[in-house]
Parts: sequence; C-alpha cells; structure tokens
Amino acid sequence: MFVARSIAADHKDLIHDVSYDFHGRRMATCSSDQSVKVWDKSENGEWLCTASWKTHSGSVWRVTWAHPEFGQVLASCSFDRTAAVWEEIVGESNDKQRGLSHWIKRTTLVDSRTSVTDVKFAPKHMGLMLATCSADGVVRIYEAPDVMNLSQWSLQHEISCKLSCSCISWNPSSSRAHPPMFAVGSDDSNITYGGKVQIYEYNENTRKYSKAETLMTVTDAVHDIAFAPNLGRSFHVLAIATKDVRIFKLVPLRKESTTTGPTKFEVQIVAQFDNHNSQVWRVSWNITSTLLASSGDDGCVRLWKANYMDNWKCTGILKGDGSPLTGLSGQPTAMSTVVGSSLQTSQNALNGLSAGRIAKRASFAPPLRQLTSPKINQSPAYY
Amino acid sequence: MEEVDVEPAVTNIPGIRHGKHMGFAWGPGDILVYETLHRASGATGSGCSFIYMVRKDEDIYSPILRKLFNESHHIFVGLQTIKEDLPSKSKKPQFVSISRNYRSVIRACMEELQQVAVSTKEAEMSTQYGNQVSILLAIELIWNLCEVLFIDAAPAGSLLLHLLDWVRLHKADVDEKAKLVLQSDSPAEHRDYWDVVVSYVLQGRLEEARQMLVKQATLRPAARNMFKLMDSLLQKMPFYNPGGTQTLTEFDVKWRNWHEEVDRCLKDNSFASNHHLELICKILLGDEDTLLERKELLSSWYHFLVTRLLYCHPTVKPTELHFYAQSCMTMFLDLSVPEPLDNILLAAFEFDIHQVIKDCSIALNNWWFVAHLTDLLDHCKLLQSHNLHFGSNLREFLLLEYAAGLFTHHSLWQCAVDYFDHCPEFGRVYLELQIERVPLDTERKALKVLRICEERQMSEQVRSICKIMAMRALRNNRLGSALSWSIRAKDAAFATLISERFLQDYCAKGTFSDLDLIDNLGPAMLLSDRLTFLGKYREFHKLYGEKRFREAAKLLLSLMTAKIAPRSFWMTLLTDALPLLEQKEVIFSADQTYELMYCLEELTSSLDAAAPGPDRPMQEEDIEVTKVELLRLALARNLASAIVKEGTVET
Repeated sequence: MFVARSIAADHKDLIHDVSYDFHGRRMATCSSDQSVKVWDKSENGEWLCTASWKTHSGSVWRVTWAHPEFGQVLASCSFDRTAAVWEEIVGESNDKQRGLSHWIKRTTLVDSRTSVTDVKFAPKHMGLMLATCSADGVVRIYEAPDVMNLSQWSLQHEISCKLSCSCISWNPSSSRAHPPMFAVGSDDSNITYGGKVQIYEYNENTRKYSKAETLMTVTDAVHDIAFAPNLGRSFHVLAIATKDVRIFKLVPLRKESTTTGPTKFEVQIVAQFDNHNSQVWRVSWNITSTLLASSGDDGCVRLWKANYMDNWKCTGILKGDGSPLTGLSGQPTAMSTVVGSSLQTSQNALNGLSAGRIAKRASFAPPLRQLTSPKINQSPAYY
Repeated sequence: MEEVDVEPAVTNIPGIRHGKHMGFAWGPGDILVYETLHRASGATGSGCSFIYMVRKDEDIYSPILRKLFNESHHIFVGLQTIKEDLPSKSKKPQFVSISRNYRSVIRACMEELQQVAVSTKEAEMSTQYGNQVSILLAIELIWNLCEVLFIDAAPAGSLLLHLLDWVRLHKADVDEKAKLVLQSDSPAEHRDYWDVVVSYVLQGRLEEARQMLVKQATLRPAARNMFKLMDSLLQKMPFYNPGGTQTLTEFDVKWRNWHEEVDRCLKDNSFASNHHLELICKILLGDEDTLLERKELLSSWYHFLVTRLLYCHPTVKPTELHFYAQSCMTMFLDLSVPEPLDNILLAAFEFDIHQVIKDCSIALNNWWFVAHLTDLLDHCKLLQSHNLHFGSNLREFLLLEYAAGLFTHHSLWQCAVDYFDHCPEFGRVYLELQIERVPLDTERKALKVLRICEERQMSEQVRSICKIMAMRALRNNRLGSALSWSIRAKDAAFATLISERFLQDYCAKGTFSDLDLIDNLGPAMLLSDRLTFLGKYREFHKLYGEKRFREAAKLLLSLMTAKIAPRSFWMTLLTDALPLLEQKEVIFSADQTYELMYCLEELTSSLDAAAPGPDRPMQEEDIEVTKVELLRLALARNLASAIVKEGTVET
C-alpha cells in the first residue's frame, strides 16, 4: 500500500466524516466547521471541490449518499440536533463549466432534542428511507414517499433504545427471507446498563420495528457498527467498534410458525481483536466484505482479512508518521512494495550477480541476464 | 499445518500526526484517510485538513503488467472450457501446454519490462521496473518447477532431464558469458574461458563443453592425450532417453559403468597435470566439496541440487527429491537464512502444494500468480489428491481475490467478469456487488455493463442500472433518454412520471420532442397507462398530419371513452377535436358526436363540482368558458351535418 495522492480538503476545522458515493466518483466531506463539501473525480483522477456550503449550526458528524437511483442526494447529521437532506440541482451551464454544482436543502429533520449522532440511508429496495439516531437514545426512521419530491419526509417510526445512541447500521440484505433490520450501538460507558448493541427487526403484521436481540456480551461503549454485505448467506455478519474490534455472526433461528414475534438469533463471535489497545472508533467493510477496516485510539487504521478457513487476521496497518508531506509521486509503483533488507543479502537467488560486480546493461533477450534475479518482497497478501 | 505468522505491512502516512485519530473511508481500489478526533461531544480543534488516498493494488496500473492480466485471462478462460469428462491421461498434455502458455506470457512481460528498465532514463523508474522483473522471474521459476513436479509429474529418469531444462532456462547467464568469450580474439585465453566450460559441465551441457575444450586443446599440443581423454569421458556420459527402448535399469547400469570409468581416471591421476580438467573430472563424479567450491558459478542451492543429482543420482524418483533438496539447501546456504523464495522452492520439492500456494500468497504482493497456478492445479485434480478437503474453496478464494482487484480498474474489470463466472460458490454474488459499482460514465459504458448483467439474468442489477440512467437523464432534462431507460428498467411509475413530463411539455410548447422514440414504442407502450396514452396521443397527431382524419377522429374519441386519457387531459383532446369538427367534410358520425358531447358534459360537470377556486384568476376562467362554448357550438353544427349526411340516400 502506498499514498497515491493527497487532497487539500481545506476545511477550517476537524473533518469528521468522508463518504464515497455509490460509484466512487464523488465524495463528500463534513467537518466541525459546520460545512459539507462535495468533490468530483476528474478524468485524470484528481479530486475537485465542486460545492461547499454551510449545512448546520454545529459540528457535522456524518455525511452519507443516497443510492443513485434516487438522484444525487446527501444526508448529514449534526451536533445542532438536526439531520438534513440535500439534493443537487442541475444548474446553469456556466456553473458546470466553472466546475460548480448546486445543492439545496430539501428538508431538515428536527425531531431530535439532542445531537444527532448518525444518519444512514436504508437499502434501496426499501425505497428512499433514512434512519437517524441521537444522543437521547431514539432511532427515527423517515421516508420520502415520492422520490421526485424530496421536501416531503414523514417520520415513520420512532424507536426508543433507552441508551444514548452513537451509531446505526442497516442490514443490507435484500433477501425476502430477511425482514428489514438495523443495529444500533450506544456509547454509554456504564457497563451495568448491559448490552450496548441492539438489533431491531421490522414486523410485517404490526408494521413496527421491535427488538430482536441485544448483544449482551458487548457492555462497553460502542462507537461504530457495520453490517457486512450479505453475499446471499442465511446469516448476517456485524462488525462492532468498542474497546476492541469484534465481528459477530447472527444466525437466524428457525421460527415456529405460530409465533409472530421477531426472529431470534444465535449470536456467535467470529473474531475479537484488541490491537488498537484502547477505544476503537470506526469500523467499515469494503464492497465485498473481504476486508474490514477499523481505526482506534492508537492512531492506526487496521485492515482485517479472513482466509479461506475464515480465520481473521490483521493484514495491514496505516499509521500517521507525522513527517511533513514531500512531493508525493502520483506515479504508483507496480508490483513492488517496501523493499525489505532481507532482499539485499548477497545470496542472489538465481543469476549469481556476485557482490561488487557491476552488471553491464545490455540488450535483453530471453533467457534473462544477470541484471536481475528473482526476488520476492515480503509483504503479506494474507490468504 | 502451522500458520506462518507474518507481521502486517505498515504503511506510513506522511502528514498525519503520530498518535492522532485517523478517519477513513473505503473507495473502489483505495482507502481514504484523514486526521480527526473521535470524541463524543462537540469536538473542535484544528486538524490538518488533508485527505490521503491510499492505494492497495498497484500492479494493475502498470501498462505492461496489464498485458499480463489481459493475456492470462484468455488462457484462463480456455482452461475452464476443457471438458471434465475427458480421461485424465489425455488431458495432461493440455494442462502442460496451458501451463507453458502462462509461462510464456510471463516471459513476454518480463522481456518488455526489462527493455523499458534498460531504456528508461530515470533511475528510480529503472529500479522499479527491475524489481518487477525480479518478481516475475521468481514467479516463472516457481511456476516452471511446479509444472515439472506437479503437472507434468515426470517419473524417474525424465524427472532429472526436466529439472536440467529448468535450471538451464533460469541460469542462462552462461550463454551471455560464452558469447563474450567466443567473440574475443583468443577465446581459450579469455579470463572467463574456464568459467564457461565449468558452467556448461555444471548444467550438463556436455556437447557445448566439448566444443569449448577443443579450443584449449589446440593451444596445448603437449596435453593432447589428456584433453582427448576428457573429451571421450564427456562424450560417453549416458543420458536417459525417455522415448527410447532402453529401460531405466539398463540406463542405470550403463551410467554406473561410465561413473566408474571417470572415477578410475581421477584415481590414476590422469588429469593431475591440469587442475582445470581435474576439477571437471571431480564435478563429473558429483564431488560435493568441489561443487561447493564453485558456489559462485552455481549461484543457487537448487542449481547445486540439480548438478548433484545429475552426477550422483540421475534416476532420482520424485519421492526422493525432498531429501536431496533439503540437504543441498542446508549445505549450500551454510549459515545464511533462507529467503522466502528458497522456502517456496523447497516446499515444491517436498511436493507440499498447499505450502507453496500459501507461502506464495504471503510472499508475493499480488494474487495473479497464486490464483492462476492454484486454478490450474485444481483442474489437474491435484488439490484433492493432496488431501486438502478445502481444495476448491482455496481455488475460489484466490480467484475471487484476484478478480476483485481487477474490478477496481477502469478497463480490466471486464476480464474480472469471467473469473467470477467460474467461481461456483460466491462468484455470482461478488459480481453482483461489484458490477453495480462500475461507474456509468457514458451511455455506452452503461450499455456494456447492462449487457453483462442481462447475459447473466441479473435482473435486479439490470433494473438498477436502467433506473440510475433514467434518473440521471431526467435530472438533465433529457426526457427521451429517461423514457427509454425507464422502459428498459420496466419501471412503470417512472415511465408514468416521464410521460407526464412529455405531455406537459406538449401542452406548453405544442410540439413533441423525441418523436423517434415515441413513434416506435411498440408493445413497450403498455408499461404504464400514461405511457400508453402518450403513444396513442402521438399516433393521433401522426394520423392527423397524414390527413387520415377519420382514423384520427376515431382514435381521439377512443382515448376518452376507453379512459386511456387522464381526465386532466380531456380538454386538450376536445380542443384537438375542434379542427376536425370544422372540416368541410363530416368526419365524426352522429353517434361519435354524441359521445364527444357526453365527454364534454362529463368534464364540465366535474369542473363545476370542483367549483371555481378563489385562487384561479378570472381571466383563465373566461378562456375556459369560451373554449367550452366554442366546442358546444362546433359539436352541434357537426351533429346537424352528420344527421343530414347519414339521412341522405346516396344516389
């Protein structure tokens, strides 16, 4: 891994969230400076800021994109107790030429009486819906019944979780076998309050969300939570950022036909890592859920990967080294990594280029000459 | 099997302060990181406002390696189509040839890299290319050995011949050196002359060694007999001929006789007066100490191994290899620590396929090699025979990893599709997840992605892509494109919405845009009621334009009576009837006129019921009233003429 590019975000305060759009061609950033910026990737891979505007009257915690089926829509949530929905409108042609776009506020969701800590759009098969959670322990689910009119959002559900909420994640499964489901985490640090992760499931009959499960083993403050893409499996995988990184498997138990209550789950812990030493703040899956990334108090982003036997391991660490940025080469190196010292031993594996002899460069023809020898760079692509 | 514990690779991010919190976001093929502070409430404090893009898979951005990926893709697809039911014996040559194809692609790629490494002026780039060549060399070396041991699975006798070829191919600098020697004025006196001769002998290239020796012999007539003796020893050395009639035992006897003869020559000091020839003689006897003295010419323990086998155990069996390999490695490396490559090759000599794949995955920074090799070995049914119950899982796991990496590239993603197709367990769902993320930059690209999804009956992805395109077109006010995409998505609600826009546009401007599309809707028209109406209404205009008034009139009327037209549009339709009513010729029959009148009454009564809203400006109301009166008049007049016409007996 290597730093390929740096982007001057130019926020006047801390950045709290960066979010890619569905196709990875746009990105949104939000900050304590109360603004959101939208960035577009140019042909040559450069990120250009095409919009920047004040969104809230407090720190903006999270920003997230709706699925492009619904157009270009963003949601943000803030310390100012609100969440907001933004839509890009296709502006005048001269704006486009100047590389600018216009975002207008479609709605402000003002139901929370405390800081809104997370906002997430529901999986697209559910329609245009979003969930917010807030420090007062309430999850709210809103819906835009007319996707062409985003100024109309109705509060569909208000679910009291009793504990201050810090994060929410929708189960992305679109299988008919899985009713809509989300997990909510609480950053309440009082361990006597019990499990800090609750799973809610939608009931077709009552048309309400009800609690299906509380992960009783997670008693410390939870800062982030993420369902993995389902991959057509019958069970669900959930990553949790608490005092460590945990990965759980939720296996639905067979329902008895008479009961109409929520699904019961067998909760299995798949992995638990305390490498961050202290609090873990974010967890997130890549597209195919083959990699989990987490960030923590140790200042590192760690990448976790399972091998084909489902053993999870840390395979990469990103670490701030504090050195000033000097001329990043935009030119990525191919097939080479950090060259370890082990490579420089005098034992040359193949072509016997003895130490001290200078190989003269001549035209290359197979079979290969002594300029190079087969070498392997030790860098894990753990499998 | 024990897990090799590898420390995770650490990537330093310059610009992010040590110990500060780092935020991140997954992107396609990269991860964004930034400095932040995660605290529960109202955190502020200046941070550095930079975002860093960290790439994970770098190989695919090298244009030369891209060729490797593209060409190996074809070989891979070919391999998948080899029939399962063929007897395994007839498949073996096919597998070997596929393995060679893979290797020749690697070689071609190496050549090209080597050329640019040499020609580039930038030292940094040159090293970079050089590193890539090194890795490809290692890959080809391992692959070739795996081909010899696992795929070709040569038996005793042929095994050594294959190993010799392997060493000769990968230790080719002797040819380079020989060329220099031969081009010099006096080859036999060249500094490297003896190195070349000895190198030839070490590789068992005895014919070439003899030719070189002739040059020396002519210089030293005094030692002529000695050179002649050596020449005859070299000439007489038996090599096993797998195609011949000789049995392995017969060969062994013959070889032993030769070996004894060489031994006698050494013992009776036939070469004592020329230490070079004595050295060669000792090599021919496979003397370990002598060989180890020429380490720099052997350069690797596996060359040492093959030379030792050649001159001591030419009939080595595959099962005995590991023993010799281990001892040669230990002897040759002495006290230095084996590198990853050494361990991988040793594992191959031990026939531990799983360990080879595993070590390669860990040691190599790319999935290309392990994915393709494992796939090939799996097709050879080698993973099962080595009692790995997870054999095919391992294959799929590695292929998925490789294909997922390809998918992040703007053009290589199309190759990745075929890899996913050949992963029975998770291939499809991976493809579903990945393909919907392919940026739909242009309509053409969208159609390409769409075709891939359609071929695989990925209906949800097809719908979603069309919906995204329809939405985008609508946002940019390209109604025609939006309509055709929503028809493709079979999205009735959206088609209704866009039809509505078309009709609004028509009401405002009096003309239709995207006539081609609307004229050729065909059965797609039935997707939504409003779309049907749009299509039919446009048909009316066409008939009218072609002066087929009767048909036009009939269609217009049916739009209302069959309730195809939305009520809100009736007034427009009735207004459209006006010019038909005013034609000299009677077009609407009496019955049809009654029906038109009925429609008008139904409309006006419902308008009355709705009561004139206070917000409605007076002027507009007046226009509506005038319109209705005009219509009534025209209808009455038409009715009169129709009755007269229908009552008249034509004479």
